[in-house]
Amino acid sequence: MSESKPPRLLLEGVRIADFTWAWAGPFATELLAFLGAEVIKIESARRPDHARIRSLTLGLSTRHLDNSPVFNDLNLNKMSLALDLTKPKAVDIAKKLIAASDVVTENYRPGVMAKLGLGYEILKSIKPDIVMLSSSALGAEGPESGYAGFAPTFAALGGAAHLTGYPDKRPVPLMGSSDLRSASTSAFAILVALYHRARTGEGQYIDLSSTETIAINISDSIIDYMMNGRVAMRKGNRDESLAPHNVYPCKNDRWVSIVVATDEEWRSFCRATGNELWADDERFRDAHSRWLNQDELDKLIGEWTINYTHYEAMELLQKAGVAAVAALQGVELYSDPHLKERKVSVEVVHPNVGKRIALGPPWKFSATPARVKSCGPLLGEHTDHVLGQILGMSQNEIAALRDEGVLT
Amino acid sequence: MTKAALSGLKILEYAQFVSGPYCAKLLADMGAEVIKIEPPLLGDCARRREPFLDDVPGLEHSGFFLFFNTSKLGITLDPATATGREIFLKLVSDCDVLIEDNPPLFMKEHGFDYESLRSINPHLIMTSITPFGQSGPYCDYKAYHLNTYHGSGVARVLSSILPKETPVPVKGPGFLGDFDAGLCAATATMAALYGRLFSGEGQHIDISKQEALMALERVEIGMYGNEGETKFSTVFMQQMMGGLQRCKDGYVLITLGGDHHWEGLLKLLGNPSWAQDERYQGELGKYKYAQEINKHIAEWIKDYTKEELYHRCQKLNCPIGMVTTVADLAASKQLEARGFFGEVEHPVMGKVKCPTAAYHFSETPHSFHRPAPTLGEHNEEVFADRLGYSREELGRMREAGVI
Repeated sequence: MSESKPPRLLLEGVRIADFTWAWAGPFATELLAFLGAEVIKIESARRPDHARIRSLTLGLSTRHLDNSPVFNDLNLNKMSLALDLTKPKAVDIAKKLIAASDVVTENYRPGVMAKLGLGYEILKSIKPDIVMLSSSALGAEGPESGYAGFAPTFAALGGAAHLTGYPDKRPVPLMGSSDLRSASTSAFAILVALYHRARTGEGQYIDLSSTETIAINISDSIIDYMMNGRVAMRKGNRDESLAPHNVYPCKNDRWVSIVVATDEEWRSFCRATGNELWADDERFRDAHSRWLNQDELDKLIGEWTINYTHYEAMELLQKAGVAAVAALQGVELYSDPHLKERKVSVEVVHPNVGKRIALGPPWKFSATPARVKSCGPLLGEHTDHVLGQILGMSQNEIAALRDEGVLT
Repeated sequence: MTKAALSGLKILEYAQFVSGPYCAKLLADMGAEVIKIEPPLLGDCARRREPFLDDVPGLEHSGFFLFFNTSKLGITLDPATATGREIFLKLVSDCDVLIEDNPPLFMKEHGFDYESLRSINPHLIMTSITPFGQSGPYCDYKAYHLNTYHGSGVARVLSSILPKETPVPVKGPGFLGDFDAGLCAATATMAALYGRLFSGEGQHIDISKQEALMALERVEIGMYGNEGETKFSTVFMQQMMGGLQRCKDGYVLITLGGDHHWEGLLKLLGNPSWAQDERYQGELGKYKYAQEINKHIAEWIKDYTKEELYHRCQKLNCPIGMVTTVADLAASKQLEARGFFGEVEHPVMGKVKCPTAAYHFSETPHSFHRPAPTLGEHNEEVFADRLGYSREELGRMREAGVI
């Protein structure tokens, strides 16, 4: 490779025809777009991606389809092709695009793609080595395959909500991150299939259940039930066997998390906090007695931490070899010196909205960095480019389709 | 034997507990050959983590260890000893990917940093998973799962949604954030492997558990960055319509994404007259009076079981989810129909029922290619058969604590 040539992006040359919407689908293809895949989002003003309009927690985010902070954050680096798939000509165009693509992604209710004439069997006949991923609330097979859901539904159905929060309080349904966990799993699965295809020439169909992408994360509790019949319960920030293992109050309504895993760490902790007597106190002498007496212990530690800021407590305890970390919140994530040095956020310029801050890709590659290249697309922004440059249609053809209302 | 997507890939794992082993397991279950390095005698600390078979602790009794290490070969080795180092380097020189979770300082001090390892294997992909990544002021800080979880800010996102419920930031279930980091690392590793097919180039992948978690609340974290603390928090205080509701035997979670969901819900409730209230009409009205509407909903659903509400409402096109326990998951007909629970035949624990994967591949399915290894189970196969050490040498190395 010559010195001047920029490094090849990891997914350079991979084209994805992306029929996904909301959060779980779009974040999957955003991750692949960070890696260099060319992602073409197929959408329509007739029934827009609801992330362009509303969000469960934010309410109606905007009245303008192109200005939604949610949509724009989950669709970086993508192109938008406007197609009204209720029209047969639009479906024909979609098929042409698929024939020129490597991957198709969708997260409609199971059956919708087939109804549109875009089921896997048909796509396979158009493009034999296509990799198609369908992601749905509970998967495309089974008695509940037609059921639907959003992120909090997956957290509830996947068993995560029941295990989050305090035992004497209501479960906590985790919100948006459940969609993004499902999305991360989709991105992984697509890469595995692409790797297989690159080596063998064989494409395939992947059916993914968002609920299961959540349930897999509590496998240890599931196995405990399978082995010992125990039904796990949420327990706040506490652990099965370690103490201290909690968050403790600091100055300015902030918190610090502290975990002591060994007796050595415990002695360091006692020394560093000036409470050397605790080390010999029989209530806290070994891991088991600390765990049994953790209510008292947590109270005593909280009386110490409240005299410090969360950063002071972290520095002081880390110097002593104790795992203490400031619980960061909100805007602090942008001023924290570590995260600043790691350059976790980037600035994105959007033609309507102007400058926005967004998190960059979650991985750092030494040779071929993933990157944020462009803002979320305006609806239909790349219709002409896709039809003209990729599908080779003439301006007249495109104009005619536009007149017929196919490209909206 | 079924086709496997990653057959022929050689992966070396020098990691413990959740994130690193989970990353390697995701690849191993898809067919990669993973050689897992464990500390001699002690083994991976996950072996000392419950659940244990019949609640009896033991190195070969941990269901926790079993889950994270299916489909792998296991050896014992201490790369920090002179002979152990020599063997480690031999293994590195013959693998496609090294997955590791050691403190950056430790790796550098032992000459195991990427630059050094690349000199013996120019195509090496090295995936490093640590609490705060390979650079920055916290890169050598000590942190367990609870610490990175709260360090990522994701718990505070929840607190601002549910201010009265959780005044104290609270973590997700079990080791959620460590699973997330493992998946994040596996995705990056696959991307690097794919790119290498065309460029021939290896590279170092730096995964910070803190950043892997932040990525999963990127929308909310972005809001803080753009709207600031105060403005954004007030927006968030808005009560969600539906949301978490108590029913006869637990909780259900109601999400209403549009009018068709709302209509489904009303059908379930028997088209009650309160729903005709003019203030509730239109999308804005529903957001504005969410709290009032929720009271009406709560009053009705309290007499029904979560199972009843879940199925009836879903059949009316309204996405209700029930809050499931692990017992509910184990009894789920849907999970059973999809084969979510597989079986691992372990030499000591016997048959163990164990979650498989959330994805079904039509051509290269997920599979447990072998159970999790017993401690040092493949020492002979790897050290003697592959690397050519004699049985005598193995004995000496064992006594010296190398393997």
